[in-house]
Amino acid sequence: MVQYLLNVYQPDAELPAPELARVMERVTAWDKEVKNAGAWVFTGGLHHASTATVVRAKDGDALLTDGPFVEGKEHIGGFTVIRATDLDAAVEWARKLSEAAGLPIEVRPMQTVD
Amino acid sequence: MEPVSIAEIERVFRAEYGRAVAVLVRALGDIDVAEEAVQEAFTAAADRWPRDGLPPSPAGWIITTARNRAIDRMRRESTRAERQAQAVALLTPDGPPQESPVRDERLRLIFTCCHPALAVDARVALTLRLLGGLTTAEIAHAFLVPEPTLAQRLVRAKNKIKSAGIPYRVPQGADLPERLKSVLAVIYLIFNEGYTASSGERLSRAHLCEEAIRLGRGLVELMPDEPEAQGLLALMLLTESRRAARTNDDGDLVPLADQDRARWDRALIAEGQALVRRCLRRGRPGPYQIQAAINAVHSDAAEPADTDWGQIRQLYDQLLAYTPTPVVALNRAVAVAEADGPATGLALVDDLDDSGLERFHLYHAIRADLLRRLSRCAEAVAAYEAAIARTDSEPQRAFLQRRRALTDRCLGDPVAGPEGGER
Repeated sequence: MVQYLLNVYQPDAELPAPELARVMERVTAWDKEVKNAGAWVFTGGLHHASTATVVRAKDGDALLTDGPFVEGKEHIGGFTVIRATDLDAAVEWARKLSEAAGLPIEVRPMQTVD
Repeated sequence: MEPVSIAEIERVFRAEYGRAVAVLVRALGDIDVAEEAVQEAFTAAADRWPRDGLPPSPAGWIITTARNRAIDRMRRESTRAERQAQAVALLTPDGPPQESPVRDERLRLIFTCCHPALAVDARVALTLRLLGGLTTAEIAHAFLVPEPTLAQRLVRAKNKIKSAGIPYRVPQGADLPERLKSVLAVIYLIFNEGYTASSGERLSRAHLCEEAIRLGRGLVELMPDEPEAQGLLALMLLTESRRAARTNDDGDLVPLADQDRARWDRALIAEGQALVRRCLRRGRPGPYQIQAAINAVHSDAAEPADTDWGQIRQLYDQLLAYTPTPVVALNRAVAVAEADGPATGLALVDDLDDSGLERFHLYHAIRADLLRRLSRCAEAVAAYEAAIARTDSEPQRAFLQRRRALTDRCLGDPVAGPEGGER
């Protein structure tokens, strides 16, 4: 079993409330399906990218920058860690999540901790 | 035992390398270790076979030797428990399979190499490396890529297979059609790269066609119930049958209508046509089968005038339904021009003027040819100029320049478009 990080890439512009509610409903159903299948490890929903702070250590001080590390129109809006037998299985979960959220999903294998 | 020449060992290498790597990848779970072991086995063969003669089963000998080398290596390096466990797995009598399930092993490997999570250029390089046994230098040369770039592409792809857990498995059920498409596309890409090569690199790249046909044959053998795999093989064989006639002694491109049909390879045509008939009988047509059928119709004609353009147009109608792309529409227009006259064909070509095709030389070359046949000389010359400006291939350019020169006379005699139009 490999653990995979599924990153949800989300436009910074927010969805209108009714549409957002529908998306949340579908994503919750997906979440439940992953849990029932025993594939769920961890989920983290994130606040808007504009709330991020980038920290760089410099001469013992912390240099802070307001905003996300990468400037852009899309940022990671949330992530889920799942466990799967192989990439095909992980891709199938990602496909379902992408369908539910209407957004692209980045699948990254996680390094195994021995 | 018979004495064995280096050429014979080379032949065994070409024929068996992919099988051996596939079996070893399955047994060892690691592509790099498998490749290394198989290479060592072939080195041992080059040393032993000329002296001892060819073993009864060369493939079995290679696989067993490679497996033993891998075990030796693991014993030497088995500081880590994981390696030890691998060596144990290999030593278990009913552990890894040897020769009988070899077919499935090769099939697994090609689906891994052509996995859609890998970039297309990585799929091509991996397939040629692992199943074709081509060296990194050979692949780099054939694709006109610097060798370090190609080497890095391979390392990166193999690393992704391992880290991301790309499975070593033949996809089942609903996944199979899409995944098979990727395998077929990779093989056809290899073939086309070899076929459309310009004269300077002709030799090294013709090798790619040979390799693609070898892979296609392997796939048909492994998936006898997939008519599209047969269709692809037939398409490649029929295209390849015209290689000798496709260029003249100066390396200039000869269009289909002007080719010396006596130089077409009859054996390849017979094999290709038999395959077309066999796959079409299954009643599950697809784009490769239809393209093969189009080529089979061309191969049927002893003279260009005998070509059944009506049937070709019908096949393009079908093809357009499967793959409604501007390129297919353009090729269909060529068939319509032959069946119903250049004016009808030109109208279809002109309909494609904002399809993105105007960036490619073939669009302008076909337009130029139709205009010339309609005696619209000035427009034809302008279209040839546009085509010449858009090709990087020296033989193509020379061909178009000859056509442009002919157009100055502008006799309006029927001459078919440049080759490529029929494919």
